[in-house]
Amino acid sequence: MNAVAAQRWNFWGGIITALTLVWAILWAFPLYWGVISSLKPDDEVVRPYIELWPETPTLENYVSALTTTQIGAWYVNSVAVAVGVTVITIFISMLCGYAISQLRFPGRIALWWLILASFMVPTSALIINHFVLVANLGLLNSWAGIMLPQLIHPVIIIVYKQFFDQVPKDFREAAVMDNASEFGILFKIYMPMNWGVTTALSIVCFIWTWNAFLWPFLSVTRTEMMTITVGITQVNDAFGVYYARQLSAAVLAGLPVALAYLFFQRRVTEAITLSAGIKG
Amino acid sequence: MLRNSRTERLVALVLVAPFLAIYLLAFVYPTVQMFRISFTHAPLIGAGRWVGLDNYLRLDNDPMFRRALWNTAYFVLMTVVPGTLIALLIALGVSRLKGRFQSIVLALFFLPYILPVSVVYLIWDWTLNFQFGIAMHVLDWLGIPRVPVFKSRVWFLPAVAGVTIWWTAGFSILLFLAGLRSIPAEIYEAAALDNSTRWTTFRRITWPLLWPITSLVFTIQLILQLKIFDQVYLFSIGGRPNDNMVLVYYVFQKAFQQNQGGRAAAVAVTLFVLVVVVSVLQFQLLRFAERRRR
Repeated sequence: MNAVAAQRWNFWGGIITALTLVWAILWAFPLYWGVISSLKPDDEVVRPYIELWPETPTLENYVSALTTTQIGAWYVNSVAVAVGVTVITIFISMLCGYAISQLRFPGRIALWWLILASFMVPTSALIINHFVLVANLGLLNSWAGIMLPQLIHPVIIIVYKQFFDQVPKDFREAAVMDNASEFGILFKIYMPMNWGVTTALSIVCFIWTWNAFLWPFLSVTRTEMMTITVGITQVNDAFGVYYARQLSAAVLAGLPVALAYLFFQRRVTEAITLSAGIKG
Repeated sequence: MLRNSRTERLVALVLVAPFLAIYLLAFVYPTVQMFRISFTHAPLIGAGRWVGLDNYLRLDNDPMFRRALWNTAYFVLMTVVPGTLIALLIALGVSRLKGRFQSIVLALFFLPYILPVSVVYLIWDWTLNFQFGIAMHVLDWLGIPRVPVFKSRVWFLPAVAGVTIWWTAGFSILLFLAGLRSIPAEIYEAAALDNSTRWTTFRRITWPLLWPITSLVFTIQLILQLKIFDQVYLFSIGGRPNDNMVLVYYVFQKAFQQNQGGRAAAVAVTLFVLVVVVSVLQFQLLRFAERRRR
């Protein structure tokens, strides 16, 4: 490449980088604006001009959200449901993925195809019958009821099977020689060798469940049993809307997943690309 | 190697049983039931008279169903194509950056995707608020009259589509970045040696090599947006949901607000079939792409 061409290349490269940066800032601006607005006192929020920083920053909206709504109970519900779904889903999917990957049993291929096929079924089409099922079990307005239809993530089994398939056969053969049981092999060899995947899948499973809206919205009618994602949209005051307070509730609802992402950025992105069927 | 197949089968059964039990209860059974009640006049809870294909035949001249179908198609069109293109552009920009700087910029684009839909709703409801929203100040400044975006028939779906692109682009960007990373650097070096322009490089190298990912992103988005409900429901609070009717919303309305389980199930089956058809197409595309890669 000659010098002039190289210079032109760099010039346009610089412009593209600058544009990307400006775009990124604009893209994230509504998030910033939401957070900043939640820190403004009521009279500042509705001022007819743009203030990028609160004149008198205050936490009064957060105090108000925490004391006048049932956000505490919603938090507990969300944490219980998200942790419950994550632990159960990861556990049953790992067992199933291991069996399909390492054991030979009748119906293995059929089960594998069943799991692959269920990828295609839209759960939002099943809401009516999920509701009937959970109502018949007497589980409406309960943690178990919110959890039950969310326990099926075929993609987690698929990812586990792929990772277990990649463990060299020597490990297994050596363990079998030592008379180790299948459970021993799974929990002492295969699981520890794949901690990375388990962590990554657990984090995204937690985020998916925390963020779920449609089913928690349908299966809960009592305010104190709502998850936080549903609760913050269902409760309005008789005396108009308090924008800043609603936004502070939104910040509180988004905080755990945002933090989970920021702390485990690599793991989250890894798990999400894996779940789309791309090997990392 | 010697294998005791009887114990192996038993162990397999124990390992598979928990998943299988939940799967049959919470997935297979509801799916079968959905098909069954779509042939009856059942209320939401309880049995109903068998009516054969009546629920399906009624859909044919049900104006609300048509609107739901049309709005869903309109929404899919407005999110999937622009969403994929925007994500590709962003990914191309982000992939040029290096190291820590790259992960910060990526985080700015990705953060919305990680948030619950209700948080996204509250943030945008506030940003586009007719009275106090910051976007309206910008419109004033540009001399454009304010629009009550989510109360307007014309602007509702485009606005929700825009918010949806903002919300979900992070996912597509991630897939595109993975795709871009898998293109060997030597190919670009060779192109640079040939004095290939930026546009030619993109058209001759990046685009064709990225095609499998593009089709993957496209179909994932397509399936996701066919199932649109949350945003439309939330932004319609206090508005006119009937004007903004989409398929899942119609299932919800029929089943949960009008207590017509059978009729709702017929709509759900329609959605079900639509999504399965698209998924099968995606699966075929993926297999095709994989075969080509080998």
